[in-house]
Amino acid sequence: MTRRDRSSAAPPWPVALPAALALLFLGLPLLALILKAPWGRLWSILTSATSLQALRLSLETASAATVLAFLVGVPLAWVLARADFPGRRLARALVTVPLVLPPVVGGIALLLAFGRRGIVGQYLDSCCGITLPFTTAGVVVAEAFVAMPFLVITVEGALRGLDTRFEDAAATLGASRLGVFRRVTLPLILPSLAAGGVLTFARALGEFGATITFAGNLPGVTQTLPLAVYVGLEGDPSEAVALSLVLLAVSVIVLVALRDKWLRTGAAS
Amino acid sequence: MRRTLPLVAVLAALALTSCGSSSGAATTSGSPASGGSSASSATTGAITVFAASSLKESFTAIGAAFEAVNPGTTVTFNFGASSTLATQITQKAPADVFASASQKTMDTVTTAGAATSSAVFAVNTMEIATPATPTVPVTSLADLAKPGVKVVICQKDVPCGAAAQQLFTQNNLTVTPVSEEVDVKAVLSKVVLGEADAGIVYVTDVKAAGAKVIGVAIPKDQNVTTKYPIAPITSSTNAATAKAFVDYVLSPAGQQVLAAAGFTSP
Repeated sequence: MTRRDRSSAAPPWPVALPAALALLFLGLPLLALILKAPWGRLWSILTSATSLQALRLSLETASAATVLAFLVGVPLAWVLARADFPGRRLARALVTVPLVLPPVVGGIALLLAFGRRGIVGQYLDSCCGITLPFTTAGVVVAEAFVAMPFLVITVEGALRGLDTRFEDAAATLGASRLGVFRRVTLPLILPSLAAGGVLTFARALGEFGATITFAGNLPGVTQTLPLAVYVGLEGDPSEAVALSLVLLAVSVIVLVALRDKWLRTGAAS
Repeated sequence: MRRTLPLVAVLAALALTSCGSSSGAATTSGSPASGGSSASSATTGAITVFAASSLKESFTAIGAAFEAVNPGTTVTFNFGASSTLATQITQKAPADVFASASQKTMDTVTTAGAATSSAVFAVNTMEIATPATPTVPVTSLADLAKPGVKVVICQKDVPCGAAAQQLFTQNNLTVTPVSEEVDVKAVLSKVVLGEADAGIVYVTDVKAAGAKVIGVAIPKDQNVTTKYPIAPITSSTNAATAKAFVDYVLSPAGQQVLAAAGFTSP
């Protein structure tokens, strides 16, 4: 808490001025979104069939992508944090690539891998008749590709920071490896799992570039909320603004949730 | 433990910026401010032309030819769905000329007062684009209604999407597309990659794609024609060059380039 005392002094103007500009720069567009929102028609726009369909699809696919991320991402985080194998550093670098990759590029990469003519997709198509592009499953794949690294990195960080003596003690007392993981490790990293999960869900919910490139855009099948916003801009811009508000609200809720709940308890544990 | 705190914060920030940037970059892509510092009476300086996606190849060629005959001029293009461009222009994007793939989209710009008069400079018709190595054979418009044929069209607010819908309606076809793309080039790319079995695009797009797609012609009596209007934007800071560019597109030299791309004269 000594940090707070140090920062309580008024900042000198060469720092305060650009800082204020930066804050305005980040805040004004969001303020504009709120000011220009069609408040009178808001409810009718948000409850229209297209909006509800897009909202439902977004929630479903983002949830599925988060579940998928947990199923394979948490084991990957454990391997990266604990296991020793050649190429571990390369594997960790690989996990962070989707974080910085433009989502559109991710979408093209997914098409070339899992598309009907893709290096893996052509076999999926010929052996089992599975094609991912233009399907809801394709949306989940695109969202998981972009969002899973958030979970992997958050959980891996928690596992590395964990005091291994608790696990050692449990093992000494006769707990099996799985038992140690379930009864000791898992509860200790729970806050990070929650934080990573929320981040992954939020990123999946906001996914645009990879989704439209890989899965296309069809209302009810692949048109998630961000796609509806983009397409709405061409027909009825005020509809796009109304839907944008929903996404803005979700972002704010996520940040508040992370700040006041999981992050604090995460630091305390 | 505490070290994970800032990491999570950075990731949260990353999450939000990447949501915003993906859609933001797409809406405002390639629309640099036009350097309109030059005198307003001479054909010189820079102009920015907002043009429909389907004009990409022909207008790029016309732009280069225009710069060659008018030394000192620079033409920058912003290609996109006509409806997106119209929205950008009515939101005061720095455009000097607007070339649209439909009269309806041009009308939204003139109604908003961003342009006064427009002239039709080209006419386009629709064609079915199929992959160079087809998965499912498509040889006629009627094939698009068959189950198992993956058809991709433009979304309904984009001129090529409206044309596709009109095409289906006037031929009494019930086609369920697998995707409604944001512009005609996105439709074409899904066909080129072989993800879609057929896409409704312009005749000019099939021609521009060359060997990457196989075109299936639509008989004239079943087809839809689209008129392309062009207009200088009233708020242009380089009105003389903007008008000169519009005149050039309508001139025999400009018409020749458009004809070579597959457009027909109005």
